Amino acid sequence: MDVVVDNLGVFGRGLLVSIQISAATFVLAGLLGVLLTVCRISPVLPLRLAATGYVELVRSLPLLVLLTLFVFGLPEIGLIGPLLWTAVAAMSLYWATFFSETLRAGVRGVPLGQIEAARAIGCTFGQVLTQVVLPQAVRTSIQPLASLLIAVILNSSLAAAVGVTQELTGQTQLLDQRYAQPLVTFGAAAACYVALAFVIGRSAGILDRRLAVQR
Amino acid sequence: MTVTTEAPVQRRPLTVRLGSIGQQDAALFDVPGPQAQRRIAIATALSSLALLALVALAVRQFAINGQLEWDKWQLFTQWPVLRYLAIGLLATLQVTVVSGALALPLGALLALARLSRSPLLNRPAALYIEVLRAIPLLLLIYAFLLGLPTTGLRIPLFWQLIIPIVLTNSAVLAEIFRSAVKALPQGQTEAALAVGMGYWQTMRLVVLPQAIRMAAPALVSQVIRLLKDSTLGYVVSYLELLYSAKVLGEFNHTIIQSYVVVAVVFVIANLTLAAVAGQVERRFVGRAHRT
Repeated sequence: MDVVVDNLGVFGRGLLVSIQISAATFVLAGLLGVLLTVCRISPVLPLRLAATGYVELVRSLPLLVLLTLFVFGLPEIGLIGPLLWTAVAAMSLYWATFFSETLRAGVRGVPLGQIEAARAIGCTFGQVLTQVVLPQAVRTSIQPLASLLIAVILNSSLAAAVGVTQELTGQTQLLDQRYAQPLVTFGAAAACYVALAFVIGRSAGILDRRLAVQR
Repeated sequence: MTVTTEAPVQRRPLTVRLGSIGQQDAALFDVPGPQAQRRIAIATALSSLALLALVALAVRQFAINGQLEWDKWQLFTQWPVLRYLAIGLLATLQVTVVSGALALPLGALLALARLSRSPLLNRPAALYIEVLRAIPLLLLIYAFLLGLPTTGLRIPLFWQLIIPIVLTNSAVLAEIFRSAVKALPQGQTEAALAVGMGYWQTMRLVVLPQAIRMAAPALVSQVIRLLKDSTLGYVVSYLELLYSAKVLGEFNHTIIQSYVVVAVVFVIANLTLAAVAGQVERRFVGRAHRT
């Protein structure tokens, strides 16, 4: 147990880096996910084809393949960036496809009759979207988005596999090599991840109940 | 004069078929009028140009760094290299199948344990499921890789990869099973109990057959996801497809080519599995409807 107490700072910093990677990934994936969703439902054919193709393609790639391709492949074509941000870029590009799927499911969840009714009373496309569709789509997307965030956090550990050892899993591995007390170090790291997932799950539950529409 | 009474062959032109991709959200818009159609035409032209520019930029980046030279790619037309990658793919599929075959029954057992009324069974099962679903697979793999040697236990590399994959995925699969059971109308259980069936009889004869059918699509896509988990063989140096690509790329100085080729193989394998699963599912569901 001493290993954990003595190295609280190491765990804390590792956890912080993990949270930073996950947060950056989630925000970037969100922005790109919205863009992809807009392209996928737009009436412009090339955009729709490109976005649909992108989502289908990237979703069927393993994340680790994308990470290795970015971290070890990009320098080969002269694109060298900071390691951490290269990993974040790869993860954002990956999770954006899942973000897009979640958003689309949320939009699909709004009954068609509501959209038709809004159009029938003369709402413009913008009004239909902001007054009718999005308020409901966002509410139904809270739980799926929370699950997505948890998945992003858990998979941010994959950054350690391509050399971003500052994050929690990487730090734990280094600590284990130093102290050789795997049960304690890995147990503590696991506890951190479980706590994070628990907090996010609970907050999403509360948010979901607060914002639920009584129908 | 001959009048042909045959109906013309119904065959939609390619442009129409392409145009219908992703059109399920069309209800959001009004039918475009002349002005909107003009705008759509302009946007189509501009976005085509932008996308082409993007592709051209990527190709140029490859070209100016000499990564498009035939020397670097002709490796992947040679039989020994292809055979080496095929062996890697086989190892990947092996990991997927074996971990799926272990995780599915384990997940079902866990779900049954969590659903049981005995706190001795459902509490530990719930704890296991919740914890294992919240731990990164990589952390578990590191724990096995680095933790096991200190206990003096030695297991083959293959199992060092399989065991963590099975442990996490059984928890995920258990939740899929459980939510299917929960989604079943309460009346089914009540009816079964009312005609005098016991708890396990109800489960075995009424609840599970329906729940498994309901859960089938989600279960199948989770098992396909195991294909992705198998890439963690990279971490334990197990020669599955991704680690094979790393070795090949570093040995021949064709790093980006190897990873690109392997990425394409993964996409093809994944889409093929998904298509096969879709076929099986359609047949499965079709039968379920008939009976």
